[in-house]
Amino acid sequence: MASILDDDPRIIEFDVRTDEMLVNMGPQHPSTHGVLRLVLRTDGEIVSEVEPHIGYLHRCAEKIGENLTARQWIPYTDRMDYLAAMNMNLGWSLAVEKLMKYEVSEKARHLRVLIAELGRIASHLVGMGAYGLDLGTFSPFLYAFRERERILDLFEEACGARLTYSYITVGGLTADLPPGWLQRCEAFLDQFEPVIKEYHALLTTNAIFVKRTANIGVMSREMAIDYGCSGPVLRGSGVDQDLRRDGEAIYTAMYDGYAFEVAVMKNGRYPRDHEYPPVPPDAVIGDCWHRFFVRMIEVVQSMDLVRQAIDRYSACKGTIGEPLKLTEKIPAGDAYLETECPKGQMGFYVVGDGTAIPWRARARSSSFSNLSVTADLCRGCLIADVPAIVGSLDIVMGEIDR
Amino acid sequence: MQVTRGPGFLDQLDAALPGAVTGRNLEALDPWIEVAPGRIAEVCHWLKRSSPVRFDSLECITAVDWHEPDPKKAAKVSWQPRIELVYHLWSTPARVSLVLKCGLPRWKDDQPGSLPELPSVTGVWRGADWHEREVYDLSGVWFTGHPDLRRILCPEDWEGHPLRKDYVQPVEYHGIRNR
Repeated sequence: MASILDDDPRIIEFDVRTDEMLVNMGPQHPSTHGVLRLVLRTDGEIVSEVEPHIGYLHRCAEKIGENLTARQWIPYTDRMDYLAAMNMNLGWSLAVEKLMKYEVSEKARHLRVLIAELGRIASHLVGMGAYGLDLGTFSPFLYAFRERERILDLFEEACGARLTYSYITVGGLTADLPPGWLQRCEAFLDQFEPVIKEYHALLTTNAIFVKRTANIGVMSREMAIDYGCSGPVLRGSGVDQDLRRDGEAIYTAMYDGYAFEVAVMKNGRYPRDHEYPPVPPDAVIGDCWHRFFVRMIEVVQSMDLVRQAIDRYSACKGTIGEPLKLTEKIPAGDAYLETECPKGQMGFYVVGDGTAIPWRARARSSSFSNLSVTADLCRGCLIADVPAIVGSLDIVMGEIDR
Repeated sequence: MQVTRGPGFLDQLDAALPGAVTGRNLEALDPWIEVAPGRIAEVCHWLKRSSPVRFDSLECITAVDWHEPDPKKAAKVSWQPRIELVYHLWSTPARVSLVLKCGLPRWKDDQPGSLPELPSVTGVWRGADWHEREVYDLSGVWFTGHPDLRRILCPEDWEGHPLRKDYVQPVEYHGIRNR
């Protein structure tokens, strides 16, 4: 393929051409967020072509799903996006429940919102901290993990696991919360709220961070939609879409009665923008900085939702109910459901044939679609911008390779 | 929310591309329309560019292998053996979804090993590129007109398509025993 420099007359005039070089970034490169390999064709400092190679973490999850009952596949969904395993459990559970036309109890619904939103905060904290690492600043990572640790402690108390929970399951949740959990969760929120200012000081308004991210990797809204991007990547490009509000009835019913504003820039303003630092003048909509900032807003938004869920959950009488049997038969037919996961819209497609084992289990990964845009986004950027762009997409390889 | 419930949408599609829609089930959980495999790219192009509801985003392509390897069980099944491709589309402005299905023979000309073909939709949505590569890799469907159709998750020299129901895992791969 011809280099982009061939077409740029200004550079040819200089007559200083370096040889094209192929540079392998990954699969063991720390800033590729897992085992992602990028082959860069570089001309000096400029990247003329990027080719992502994936599949290093392929574990045949869909094939396994065809050999297990619907509930037995839950632990495998944990290992897709292992940074937001609660949200993965929820997506598959809801898709199967949609096919079975099953509705969980009111108390279980609020508990699911509570847990899913805490999972979103934990995932965004890793996304934010690791993004700092990508750009060469180490401290935000430690700050983010300090708070994430407390969320993991809460999850551990609720279900026994720190990373792969299998807590939300088909037909409800595996257990109710232990006594005193809600108070500890509230104590965490009270401690977490003022800390967010520190993150903004460390990253959002940091001059070096802004230089590295503002006006870098700009993705137009048409491009984002065309590639099927979703989540903060899509909203960072100014598309007003959040499945918690715009999704299918079975999913939006979960958030029925909850108040939240979609984190997207409308008429040049983010919702409740007086609470956040101002948008730097260099930043343009759709760049790395905006994708990062949308996540920071969603952390606050999720915190709000957790507080609302705590109130509603404690107002509910009775129990959360029992999950379905492991060998529960699922009806013939198919159902597809997308949910708003921290990384984007995660879709699960289940085809039943009347037995307990699904005929086909499919996972549509949001990171997969979000990553497919890299080749277009990185064309013509500097080598140092490649980690900045890939990091801003906040991908998880476990979910891409499945 | 599904658009096929709206009035007149399917009539407009029928009028614009007569014969392309070969079946429908509007009572299903996710109402779907069945499209003739050879015309999938045309239909998708119409849905993105000319339809009253613009489906500007392709969410997912899934291949479902309807095949029962056990001959005793196969005699009892109620469905026709086939590869079914399922396209999940989404309209960002209207916030509605649409499901397209395409039935393909399991092997082209009934020759085991020769992959069934249908037109690629990469010209309609750029995001279809990787999705079609994944379907080719795991389910063995050849998309004609795809710019760069090669395996994406499995190694390039992998044999067979794992999500086929009659897939047999290789005994070894480059000296690594699998079983």
